[in-house]
Amino acid sequence: MSGFIEGLLRFRRGSWEMLASLLIALGVFMLMQPFWLVAYTYSFMVTLIGTVMFIIVSHFQE
Amino acid sequence: MSGKAVDGIAKMPPPDIARKVKGLSDRAIAWIFIAPTIFLLLAINIFPLIWTIRLSFTNFRANRFNAEVKWIGLRNYERILSDPDIWQTMQATAHFLFWTLFFQVLIGFALAYLINKKFKGNDLWTTLIVLPMMLSPAVVGNFWTFLYQPQIGLFNYVVGFFSGVDPSSFSMIGSVNLAPWAIVIVDTWMWTPFVMLICLAGLRSIPDTIYEAAECDRASKWRQFWTITIPMVLPFLMLAVLFRGIENFKMFDLVVQLTGGGPGSITELTSINLKREAFEKWRTGYASAYAVILFVTIFGLASIYVKALNKVKER
Repeated sequence: MSGFIEGLLRFRRGSWEMLASLLIALGVFMLMQPFWLVAYTYSFMVTLIGTVMFIIVSHFQE
Repeated sequence: MSGKAVDGIAKMPPPDIARKVKGLSDRAIAWIFIAPTIFLLLAINIFPLIWTIRLSFTNFRANRFNAEVKWIGLRNYERILSDPDIWQTMQATAHFLFWTLFFQVLIGFALAYLINKKFKGNDLWTTLIVLPMMLSPAVVGNFWTFLYQPQIGLFNYVVGFFSGVDPSSFSMIGSVNLAPWAIVIVDTWMWTPFVMLICLAGLRSIPDTIYEAAECDRASKWRQFWTITIPMVLPFLMLAVLFRGIENFKMFDLVVQLTGGGPGSITELTSINLKREAFEKWRTGYASAYAVILFVTIFGLASIYVKALNKVKER
């Protein structure tokens, strides 16, 4: 966990890609879950932020 | 003629080309070759994508060309993301996606494992199993509609024969509870062979020497399966899931032919709903926003999936 946070602080690709992947997965889950309409409403924003972040951070250093 | 002279002549470009190409760098020649491809890519993929994103912020309707097109900002996105009906189609898609992938991977891998064993008639069975994949989705949808007929359908008869339930007492396509499963069954029947073929390629790429070494170390069959077979087939399996996942996310023809999205809208997947918005209600701007949402979702999922696939391959 500390390695993950350290990677985020040092702008390392692995940690940031992990964060972006988590956001995308969360967004897709929010989009398709049957429980909460509010989560569905904000799902696209979360997925979009995750996807754009993924594209940007995949150019960071390893 | 000496060998050197022949080599020299062979390396020379034909006189015409040499004259025309003279003065062009290698880089320029490379650009000339790839320019048509880049142009096609821009014209067929990139331009429509940018145009769709632009339309998604407008109230444009394709059936009213002369009407004024207004810039309405994010209103289309707001409407879609607060519409319970579209939320329902997302859930229907999730149900379809999850269960088709689950069954296709499970059955596809099991079939590949069996077919990989050497036995008599191996090739014949492979051909027979692969047949459904080669049929047109429209044809498959049509004949499964007959198979699902409560009165004369073979599917109901077989279920009735084994379970004792009256075949005409249930309708796979007409029932709200059964229709989502009806489309899962048909898609699984049609596309499991595809997953099987990919898994078979993975299984056949494992060298026998690894199993022989494991035998020497007295590893049990169970242990060999979990520590050799599964890790080595995993990249292939993940590739199959990626292909089927993307395909099933935009599933249209098979479901339209089978249930038409019904009963009610219980099997209305996102692509069917999108087509209705775009070409029945003619809300082009709204449908564009819908398409952008689906695109970003698939793109995001595919990105993390490809990353995971690369990690598995590196192991």
